Amino acid sequence: MPIEKEKLLSVEPARIHEHEHLVLEGSDISGHWNRMFEQRVLWDYTPDLLGKITALEGGESLGWCYQCGKCVGVCPVDVVGDYGPRKIFRKVQSGTDLFTSDDLWLCTTCMNCLRVCPKEVDMVKIMPAVREQAMLEGNVPAELQDAFEKTAKYGNPLGEPARKRADWTRDAGVEVPIVAKTGKPVDLLWWVECYPAYHPRGKEAARALARTLVALGVDFGIIGIEEKCVADSQRLAGEKGLFESLAEENIKTLRNYQFRRLMVTDPHAYNAFRNEYPRYGGSYEVVHYTQLLAPLMSKIEWKKELRYKVTFHDPCYLGRHNGEYEAPRAILKAIPGLELVEMFRCRQNGYCCGGGGGGMWLDGFNTQHLRERLSERRVREAVEVGAEVLAVCCPFEVSRFEDAVKSTGNEGKLLVRDIVELMDEARRAA
Amino acid sequence: MHIVVPLKQSPDLVEELEVNAEGNDIDRQGLKLQVSEWDEQALEEALCLKEASGANVTAITADWGGADLVLFTALAKGADRALKLVGDFSTTMLDNHRLARALASTVEQLGANLVLTGVQSVEDLDGQIPVLLAAMLGWPHVSVVTGVELTADAAQVKQEHSGGLVAELEVKLPAVLGVQAARRAPRYAPVSKVRQMQKGAKLEQLSVAAQDAGSGLKVRRVFKPQVAARAEILEGTAEEIAAKLLAVLRERGLSL
Amino acid sequence: MTGDVYVVVEHWNGTIAEVSFELLGLGRQLAQASGGKLHALVLGPEAKEVAAACGAADVTICVEHDALAGFSPEAHITQLAAILKDRSPAFTLVSNTSKGMDVAPALAVALKVPVVTNVAAVAVNDGAIVATSQLYGGKIAVEAELAGGRAVLSLLAGAFPADHGKSAGAGAIETVVPAAQLGGSRVAFKRLIEAEASDVDISKQEILVTVGRGIQDKDNLPVVQELADALGCPLCASRPLVDAGWLPKSRQVGKSGVTVKPKIYLAIGLSGAPEHVQGMKDATTIIAVNSDPKAPIFDVAHFGVVADLFDVVPALTEKVRELRG
Repeated sequence: MPIEKEKLLSVEPARIHEHEHLVLEGSDISGHWNRMFEQRVLWDYTPDLLGKITALEGGESLGWCYQCGKCVGVCPVDVVGDYGPRKIFRKVQSGTDLFTSDDLWLCTTCMNCLRVCPKEVDMVKIMPAVREQAMLEGNVPAELQDAFEKTAKYGNPLGEPARKRADWTRDAGVEVPIVAKTGKPVDLLWWVECYPAYHPRGKEAARALARTLVALGVDFGIIGIEEKCVADSQRLAGEKGLFESLAEENIKTLRNYQFRRLMVTDPHAYNAFRNEYPRYGGSYEVVHYTQLLAPLMSKIEWKKELRYKVTFHDPCYLGRHNGEYEAPRAILKAIPGLELVEMFRCRQNGYCCGGGGGGMWLDGFNTQHLRERLSERRVREAVEVGAEVLAVCCPFEVSRFEDAVKSTGNEGKLLVRDIVELMDEARRAA
Repeated sequence: MHIVVPLKQSPDLVEELEVNAEGNDIDRQGLKLQVSEWDEQALEEALCLKEASGANVTAITADWGGADLVLFTALAKGADRALKLVGDFSTTMLDNHRLARALASTVEQLGANLVLTGVQSVEDLDGQIPVLLAAMLGWPHVSVVTGVELTADAAQVKQEHSGGLVAELEVKLPAVLGVQAARRAPRYAPVSKVRQMQKGAKLEQLSVAAQDAGSGLKVRRVFKPQVAARAEILEGTAEEIAAKLLAVLRERGLSL
Repeated sequence: MTGDVYVVVEHWNGTIAEVSFELLGLGRQLAQASGGKLHALVLGPEAKEVAAACGAADVTICVEHDALAGFSPEAHITQLAAILKDRSPAFTLVSNTSKGMDVAPALAVALKVPVVTNVAAVAVNDGAIVATSQLYGGKIAVEAELAGGRAVLSLLAGAFPADHGKSAGAGAIETVVPAAQLGGSRVAFKRLIEAEASDVDISKQEILVTVGRGIQDKDNLPVVQELADALGCPLCASRPLVDAGWLPKSRQVGKSGVTVKPKIYLAIGLSGAPEHVQGMKDATTIIAVNSDPKAPIFDVAHFGVVADLFDVVPALTEKVRELRG
């Protein structure tokens, strides 16, 4: 039935495109539903920008998004800003070039979106793929570039001399065997990683872990100055070439030593050793230190009760990425006197500290785009559940959260401690 | 337009420097070298000029330390050619005259219009490279350059002076410019690009005859100035402390 | 060869640079030691005006020519070489400033004498000249001996007292005819511009005042701003203050801000968090003011003041102002 043009008073007749008779793919679909006005939104944008992303290896799944929006509800960045994978998809569809957009660098690759996505749109693969291209075109935020350069030059993103990598052991109060010097096989080779080796707060946790291992009689050793950054976060921030070259070096180094298991302090290193290194020829039995310690709790002689109300922050790369939620909690529950309370966002839905996927080196950049830091949001959540201590087990987190405690005005109310620091405190005489 | 960028490898100050057993040089055993930070700026400015107005950029470094990696990195950043100077550079690297002499003959052979290099390095004892090089070539030069624009036969340059003053000069080519800072921060060379260069690109080599340019200097003693491990605490009333602080400021180079 | 000492005096439009007094002071000492005369070299149309400030020299040599206006490296070197090549002085003293960096090595090549750069001390032992240079960011000192007893020395600003080079007296003035080659200079000086104040690049400053959380409140900022103003340097801050919007992002020192290496870094009310220290630890001299004696900033600082910043900072500002008149 033709449209009665005189009834469309508000529309100029010239704008109406009408097909009284239309045959589409062999079917006659003539009728009023063909009524159409001049071309509008649907043709405003080309699919080119989306196509540029889905053409990348790793970028394919962005094209699968059907805009349900489940991801936005769980995206930690959206909590403190205006973000979320669905929004990214829509922006790209409507003209944003993600390769040059600041949005490219906000994702922390925490993986909470993928957990709930019915279409398996995988930002953990999409973001690094697009970031790599952006980097090859010379578009990297300065802070991140600085971390890349330092990692390439010194083997750690802090820009500290390689020669000082084992210096933290001096004040540990126990002998920390360096396998290059002892020349002996060990049961457990401890991969210390950069922040525990160099950052003042990371070093304190590393020393507490060394003391704990010695107290438990674990047969262990560290590599020392030959160890270089595992660089998983640099990979996720787009510097795949850097990750690969360091992986090759580290695998070569590891070949020189005999050990049964590899123990890591850093969940990001845990992720890389488990899921990435095998494809470069490095397969190891890997444990996170909480996984090593949890079954040994009964062997510890506790000397002090810790009457703290403690809440625990799940590291994204231990929890969601690798499924370990229980080991850290088992340790906390074993510490005498300690009361564990959970935050609203925990375990599979744990919040993100903001340090992953390169976020560790984008604090200044992110400040321009977010209402508050993710670490600050998390600290507020810890305070809200009445915790006196925020327990962590990822080396990025101690300094991030301690800083956030200060900037949110919670100094004196909330302490940030690595789980092994709490163990160390309860294990040693008051 | 052919721009030559000499890159000097100098000690990375992140590492602790030690004095050698003879006490006449720093200990160069296992010393970590890096491209002098000012040379990085010079390379960046050269690449910016190439992008802005078209030019061929040749990076040069002398064959010591990680020369190959330095050159592959320069190629990954966008240099057109990379040249390694092979010769006897084994004597103490404090001799800039020697290096400048080798660079001068190279620059002449290459037929460059413009040399951009770092205004200084952390180990300049016998003069800074760009000025020595220009003097040996008989070319005009400007040091502490923070901006370059090219016309057919001249460069318009900005020269930075203390007190926030900037001078504008016009230099006829060929010339040597000692770069203080490029127009933008040095670009990043993605590791994958560097690796690609290591696999595919070719480094040129040029033998340089050992030349005794002679700085006329003899190093008598190299030593570490005494520095307190921890801050020296200044005490007294606010007034007294302020007086002591002022003395420190003046002693440490504050011109009042 | 004579034991004469020549000082290349720096000035802009007739205003002598402070560092030139430091050189004149040192020159006086060296001339005494080697039994020669001290000469000041002043180039440019305003040479006579500047000569009036060079009373410490026995003779002030003036060259007036339009090609010597402002600063063209080539014109200056040509003129200086023309004057010095026949006089064979024992020492030619140049400051290690932007102008000096252009002049010293080129002059040494032209005169066929050695040049020593970054000099912080000079001694004459049995006719041998020994210059001590600060290299590697001041981490290493090198004593160099000069063969032939002649040299161009490029001296670090601030290494020698300026007072010794200031004199109310008046030496002789010698006017030299400009060198013939001046007209053909390949480097033309165009103009001098003042960098825009809004465009401060804190990574390129020689002195910085940085304030941390110890300042407590935005309303207290003028206390430190006044010190920065008196010192003629920008005020910088640690991240929390920039986050709070008290100072612009371009003034943030540290891991997520700018890495700086000034000659002097005044850390006021800064605790010394690793993220901050990463951005400033390579400053040549770090001075910290903090009320907490255990603050980690004292581990990286060279000089520390354990006191209330609200007492010490205004007192220092006052002193700096007095000195600057």
